[in-house]
Amino acid sequence: MDFFHLIVQLLDATVRVSVPLLLACLAGLYSERSGIFDIGLEGKMLAGAFAGAATAAVYGSAWLGALAAVTVSVFLALVHGFASITHRGNQIVSGVAINFIAAGSTVILGQAWFRQGGRTPSLGAEARFNPITLPGADALRDVPIVGPIYSDIISGHSLLVYFAFLMVPFTWWVLFRTRFGLRLRAVGENPAAVDTAGISVTWLRYRAVICTGVLTGLAGTYLAVSQNAGFVKDMTAGKGFIALAALIFAKWRPVPAMFACLLFGFLDAFAIRFQGIALPLIGKVPVQLMQALPYILTVVLLAGFIGRAIPPKAGGVAYVKER
Amino acid sequence: MSTPYAKLPAWVDYGLIPFINLVVAFLVAGLVVLLVGESPIQAAGLLIKGAFGSGAGIGYTLYYATSFIFTGLAVAVAFHCGLFNIGGEGQAYVGGLGVALVCLTFDGILPWWINFPLAILGAAAVGAIWAMIPGWLQAKRGSHIVITTIMFNFIAASLMVYLLVGALKPANSMAPQTRTFAEGAHLPKLDWLLEMFGATIRSTPLNLSFVLALVMAVAVWALIWRTRLGYEIRTRGFSPKAARYAGINEARIIVVTMMISGALAGMMALNPVMGDQHRLQLDFVTGAGFVGIAVALMGRSHPAGIVPAAVLFGMLYQGGAEISFVMPNISRDMIVIIQGLVILFAGALEHMFRPTVQTIFASLRPSAVGLGTAKSEGA
Amino acid sequence: MANAAIELRGINKSFGAVRANRDISLEIPQGTIHGIIGENGAGKSTLMSILYGFYQADSGEIYVNGRKAAIVTPNDAIAAGIGMVHQHFMLVENFTVLENVVLGAEGSPLLNAGLARARSELQRLEKEYGLEVDPDAVIENLAVGLQQRVEILKALFRGADILILDEPTGVLTPAEADHLFRILRKLKEEGKTVVLITHKLREIMAVTDNVSVMRQGEMVATRKTSETTVEELAELMVGRRVLLRVEKGEAKPAGFRLSVKGLTVKDARGVPMVKDVSFDVRGGEIVGIAGVAGNGQSELIEAIAGTRKAEAGEVLLAGEPIDVTGTADPAELRERGLAHVPEDRHNVGLVLPFEENENSILGYHGQQKYLKGPFLNIEAIRDDARQKIEKYDIRPADCRLKTANFSGGNQQKIVLAREMEQDPDVLIVGQPTRGVDVGAIEFIHKRLIDMRDQGKAVLLVSVELDEIRSLSDRILVMFDGRIVGERGPDATEGELGLLMAGVEAREAAE
Repeated sequence: MDFFHLIVQLLDATVRVSVPLLLACLAGLYSERSGIFDIGLEGKMLAGAFAGAATAAVYGSAWLGALAAVTVSVFLALVHGFASITHRGNQIVSGVAINFIAAGSTVILGQAWFRQGGRTPSLGAEARFNPITLPGADALRDVPIVGPIYSDIISGHSLLVYFAFLMVPFTWWVLFRTRFGLRLRAVGENPAAVDTAGISVTWLRYRAVICTGVLTGLAGTYLAVSQNAGFVKDMTAGKGFIALAALIFAKWRPVPAMFACLLFGFLDAFAIRFQGIALPLIGKVPVQLMQALPYILTVVLLAGFIGRAIPPKAGGVAYVKER
Repeated sequence: MSTPYAKLPAWVDYGLIPFINLVVAFLVAGLVVLLVGESPIQAAGLLIKGAFGSGAGIGYTLYYATSFIFTGLAVAVAFHCGLFNIGGEGQAYVGGLGVALVCLTFDGILPWWINFPLAILGAAAVGAIWAMIPGWLQAKRGSHIVITTIMFNFIAASLMVYLLVGALKPANSMAPQTRTFAEGAHLPKLDWLLEMFGATIRSTPLNLSFVLALVMAVAVWALIWRTRLGYEIRTRGFSPKAARYAGINEARIIVVTMMISGALAGMMALNPVMGDQHRLQLDFVTGAGFVGIAVALMGRSHPAGIVPAAVLFGMLYQGGAEISFVMPNISRDMIVIIQGLVILFAGALEHMFRPTVQTIFASLRPSAVGLGTAKSEGA
Repeated sequence: MANAAIELRGINKSFGAVRANRDISLEIPQGTIHGIIGENGAGKSTLMSILYGFYQADSGEIYVNGRKAAIVTPNDAIAAGIGMVHQHFMLVENFTVLENVVLGAEGSPLLNAGLARARSELQRLEKEYGLEVDPDAVIENLAVGLQQRVEILKALFRGADILILDEPTGVLTPAEADHLFRILRKLKEEGKTVVLITHKLREIMAVTDNVSVMRQGEMVATRKTSETTVEELAELMVGRRVLLRVEKGEAKPAGFRLSVKGLTVKDARGVPMVKDVSFDVRGGEIVGIAGVAGNGQSELIEAIAGTRKAEAGEVLLAGEPIDVTGTADPAELRERGLAHVPEDRHNVGLVLPFEENENSILGYHGQQKYLKGPFLNIEAIRDDARQKIEKYDIRPADCRLKTANFSGGNQQKIVLAREMEQDPDVLIVGQPTRGVDVGAIEFIHKRLIDMRDQGKAVLLVSVELDEIRSLSDRILVMFDGRIVGERGPDATEGELGLLMAGVEAREAAE
């Protein structure tokens, strides 16, 4: 039973660490499906985390925090859109710029406003999204197998966790069952087809990057206002890039994106849980290897050694009406 | 077909427009300074005073600039081949491994002037290998080089932590770093150079690798514009189809270019590791690899632009430290913002002001601008 | 008289300094098939793009069914009942037919209703016009002719009464083209108006009721098709241009310089474009390959020149094999005396941001005379470029100028100078005068004849039949990836035209 308990703990941790990845990954999906590459997920998430934590700290409301996070993150997404859609700038360069602007300004503003070395003040329970106990979780706790799975892994997370996982079927539905989704997929493959069908490529792509902004804002909110009790300098720590890796790994599809994020989250949880402990058969696994594994797996996938990751055809290229 | 960006005088293209972009980047940075309740003008004064107001300031400025010249050149070489190498950070990091291995092996046996070339080779070789893999994957497997080089930054970070808390750490130490090198692996300082110009200084980290960086800037210029290889790199960068037509082996050019780029990034490690800290430390690159992107964009991928751009960023790093003494609200992270803004305005939005500039020029001298002639003809 | 389906008044459109459309007025009666004909670059596609709202005219008015229409976006055109089938299909390749058809006309925010409606509508259109296509097929798996059908369905699904087709037969086989014409006639019977843009006279004569001719951005004439002739239209199209006559003496063919045996080449999608082609070129002769664009000529010369891998076959250069199915390398072929003027000089033959002198060594940059060790011999390269500039009268005579700043004709001269001055044994030339001004055409033609008279083997590919006829000593006609006939220089245009259209040689004789 000890082993089972361990698994439950591990999976519970997996869910927690996967959530920011999942939100950022789905965020990237909207943008990249529309043909706008976004390596600025990291920066938008970081800026969102800071704005969320700062607002929640000042006003004592997690909801206001979330609103602020989304606002700031959408603003940065619009900057990316302005550069890469309106001015047809290099999307990679723009994404890099946004990462730096976010990394620098969160620390500068944090220090100027709160004077805690770039941190925001610690949030009390009332200013955070707190764990929710699902109905029956306590009652079922002692039922073997099912009990711990339900009450520990499924129940007991914050609202944002459930939101993130509900976003997966929702995103699928949007993408494949709505007009917006059809157009979004079309504009990422052949913007000229969309343009000649009488749809504005520009406005469509702007809507896509706004979706990206909303979701990265919520990813940041989760980090700073739910999982942690405040903002810490560089708290995204590469999660935006792991999310990007997961997106590629999932070949830009929502449901595989969830599994990719859970896999990468599991690797992370596993690395933390078994740090420095010798495992049977394998021996002591260096924690650094576990940390690097998502990146290594993505490189291997990109190299086409396990399947092929083909990005949206018009991705990364600004749309210019040809003559 | 006529491009929407018809002819402008060269000095506008290469001088005025980049200058406008830069000014706007700094104006926005000034707004951030205002936002934290300080005076941008005072901050700018402090910045310049801190960077150039004393011999030590100049020494530090050039020390930082040294690293940025290497990484800026690395990014620029790849740009010329149409490749975006975001992996400079990781290549510089593992480049430190090459430096450290040479230094740890020979520091007690050989003098610095033999260890220096060996360390250059070590840094370049490891950096080149680290960049070669994404290059090869791009050339042979079609993996997007931007993504793979980002991934390799993270892999490099994990690898270096693994080595620095493991194999490279002296047994009796807790800190994740190598032992301090002996004298034989210390690069000479260049304080005397500054003293020649009348500056009196205690000690700055400016060292011989600054000279190497300048040599490399010249070498990159010669490589790109004066060698057959550079010709092939530029051909591929402008038009892969023309490269194929000209019988240029595209895969080979991509891999070779990435190796040169990685080697340049790797050499950046010489500056802090062998020139200043005399040991390999965790995170010694501190973002210099990324600064290289801003430097290359600002310098328009030309060494003559990269060196001043690197000095400008060196100035920001050094002057930024000075500002934070006087203005506690402004730390060195301000530089990261400026860096981002420069990348945004000089890179992603480089054409934003062009139509405006063009309209102004068209109204001044219609005949000089394609746009103007079209309009007058149509009227 | 009924209202015109479309009336254009005084349309003007410039791109930078290029005036694509000048003061164009045109009336297209309802329920007719109206041809618009003109050479490449005459401004036909621009005009139609304005009508479809893809571009906006600088000035002018559009009337649809007698009412003035403000067509600013494709949406306005669609609302006015105008549909367009573009030359390059505007389809999302990994979507199904159904998804492509509903894109932009989904009806409601949720897809299912729109898809169901489209499915039944497609069935109706299929019955009515004979436009059969599987609604669930994915576009990238469909043949080109079927993809075009999807484009027509897209327009009809949106309720188009006026259908514009831009060069619709360029990519079609003759059978597919005939099928298309049947569909167009059917559309006309149902009261639709069809505008057919083409540069092929045969098509105009075959299906249109009226025809308008464009030349250099101007509308020069409109005729009833039944009251005009191919000759008249041809003259209107090219203007007072004197028929190309190139002075040349008798050919003195020598030994085989280039032999192609059983060459088969596939394109990027794996579709065979060149099928089992064999021919020889001797020293001292120009062999011209005639054919409608897209019949495998491009792939053929690319395979011979080593820039595209062949599937099967053999190519001999001066009797020695070229490894066309394996490691053929353009650089090595140049050393062996094969020069290549590619069809696409903007993206292939030149690097436009390069200085002129840099382009004048492209492909030959590995030669010792241009190098000093690993370094470029800048002085030698520039001297060499200056000599070529003088000899080929390239203007402006500035070897440091960016290549993009030269005119089309001068850019082509840069390429020709580079390739010819290497004194090759075999010269492959693709579309030597495309987008080149008249003065330069004459010069280029004379140079090609000179090459022949020096005993070189010249393989010429051109879609300009005039050019092929006036330069070639032997003419090979390519159709659907095969050589379908060989003719002498005295072959008539009609005879070649029939071969190019895939009509069997025997029928042509009848």
